[in-house]
Amino acid sequence: MRSLIGAKQQKWLLLAPALTVLALISFVPFVKTLWLSFSDSEISALPTVVSFIGLENYIYALTDPDFISSLGRTLYFTFISVGAEVILGVAVALLLNQQFKGRTLMRALIILPWAIPTIVNAVTWRLIYNPDYGALNSLLMQLGIIGEYQSWLGDPDVAMNMVILADVWKNFPLVAYVALAALQTVPMDMLNAARLEGANAWRRFFKITLPWIIGPLLVIIVLRSVEAFRVFDIIYVMTRGGPANQTKTASFYVYQEYFSYLRSGSGSSYAIIVALISIILIYGYYRAAKRQNGSL
Amino acid sequence: MHSTIKRPRYLSYLLYLSLILLAFFVLAPVLWLLLMSLSSPTDLTKVPLQWIPSQWDFSRYALLLDWQNGSGERFLAAMLNSLIIATSATVIALFAGVLAAYAFSRRNASMLLMFAFLATIMMPPITYILPLYSAFSELGILNTKVALIICYCAMLIPFAIWLMKTNIDVLPQEIEQAAMIEGAGTFYTLRKVVLPIILPAIGATAMLSFLTAWDEFFYALIFSSDLSAKTIPVAIADFSAGRVTDFGVIASVGVLASVPPVLIALFFQRFIVSGLVGGSVKG
Repeated sequence: MRSLIGAKQQKWLLLAPALTVLALISFVPFVKTLWLSFSDSEISALPTVVSFIGLENYIYALTDPDFISSLGRTLYFTFISVGAEVILGVAVALLLNQQFKGRTLMRALIILPWAIPTIVNAVTWRLIYNPDYGALNSLLMQLGIIGEYQSWLGDPDVAMNMVILADVWKNFPLVAYVALAALQTVPMDMLNAARLEGANAWRRFFKITLPWIIGPLLVIIVLRSVEAFRVFDIIYVMTRGGPANQTKTASFYVYQEYFSYLRSGSGSSYAIIVALISIILIYGYYRAAKRQNGSL
Repeated sequence: MHSTIKRPRYLSYLLYLSLILLAFFVLAPVLWLLLMSLSSPTDLTKVPLQWIPSQWDFSRYALLLDWQNGSGERFLAAMLNSLIIATSATVIALFAGVLAAYAFSRRNASMLLMFAFLATIMMPPITYILPLYSAFSELGILNTKVALIICYCAMLIPFAIWLMKTNIDVLPQEIEQAAMIEGAGTFYTLRKVVLPIILPAIGATAMLSFLTAWDEFFYALIFSSDLSAKTIPVAIADFSAGRVTDFGVIASVGVLASVPPVLIALFFQRFIVSGLVGGSVKG
């Protein structure tokens, strides 16, 4: 009995450092943001009287068309980015799972985009997209695809998709690696049997391979979605939310509410709404991970 | 795959064509960044572009690697800050992470708590930033490396616990039990029995943690304002937004800032990929 109590105390002793950091740096700030979201607090050098205003911020936020459209844009970014990363990632994994000379080299090569820091990625693509001297303009012009230089990040209709392309380039390797690892567990005899029975490559992929790798794939899909939903850095560097707010995502919106307009109360309510949507995604991750590992 | 079935010729062509396209897609932006950093300003402003520099220009690298001038000082100070912050946060996160992972693996700490830990890093940082800002301001540690190290620890710990836990889970418990029966305490057992076995996993976790910290932008943007704490991602954003009109300078900063993570990723590729994938594909 004594050793049992000892074990329990040991458990908390082992957890103490992690628990302390996370409580102070994540949990307490979250609760404080939640509290601020019900107040009319503002960031100010002078002491101000903060009053509790109930749901007013939330009502304002949910009837603010600019905020709602920034949420819509964030969902668009998340959905298209992650969707493209999954399709490209799985296609690349299938490719790198074939036998060919230089396979090890190619598998090593695709870690490159993932290793490049996010900000460097954003800056690189901004230079590539440059309207006056950018590489994309020059390349497409020399190939005869466009007649004159385009302002890729200056056109409200295409800017977001160009940012998405940059994000896909950086993040598809992660999906590819997960898919590749999963592909190596697909039983060959099942595929060979299907082949002998005359199932073509598409059929074999959708009936055998995909169901086999969907578990790990689902985990990475939700994980990437959680990340994509809070996108900030790449937007900050490439477009600062422009042109005409067409790339202003929710995180960027909240950032401006805090640090440009100094409205901490209303900004916090925006942040909490974004957090709630994240929580739905996080729950999705929990379900996917639980299904995959059985342990969580 | 150990397929012995011979591929039809047209499929071989298709395969190699796809591989060439993939290699181009992956390499082109990186090569272009490198070329920009080595092209003269006149080559970079030609329409259409002068792809291969008419003369190689190494002057930006000389400029950036020299503490004596403004750009060099800004760049080198930021690199040094990033190095200090990412390394410190990694070391602290690994320490806290291994201990907690052991609690989850061997002392029946609740999995719900594990998930709560993971959930904290999945939340958008905008939900933490403002209270942290006020707290750091009251503590007088805004614009210090310490503030960023603390934030990065919170960011890295859950991830480190998860990776360490999946590695400790698969270890046979017999050796630890034997050590305990011999009278060794938990911490002694952890240090002398468990740690040596999971050293490769700790290595992988350290690399991934370092890369994550090196990459972080949002906290660094908000919490640092000058050379004493600015990290390399913030410095790059400054360079690209500032008065610098020469693309070559921006490209050179990007190349140099990518060197540490790219080297780590290439040298420890096997480790890192297994670490990355470990959490999602059951081993």
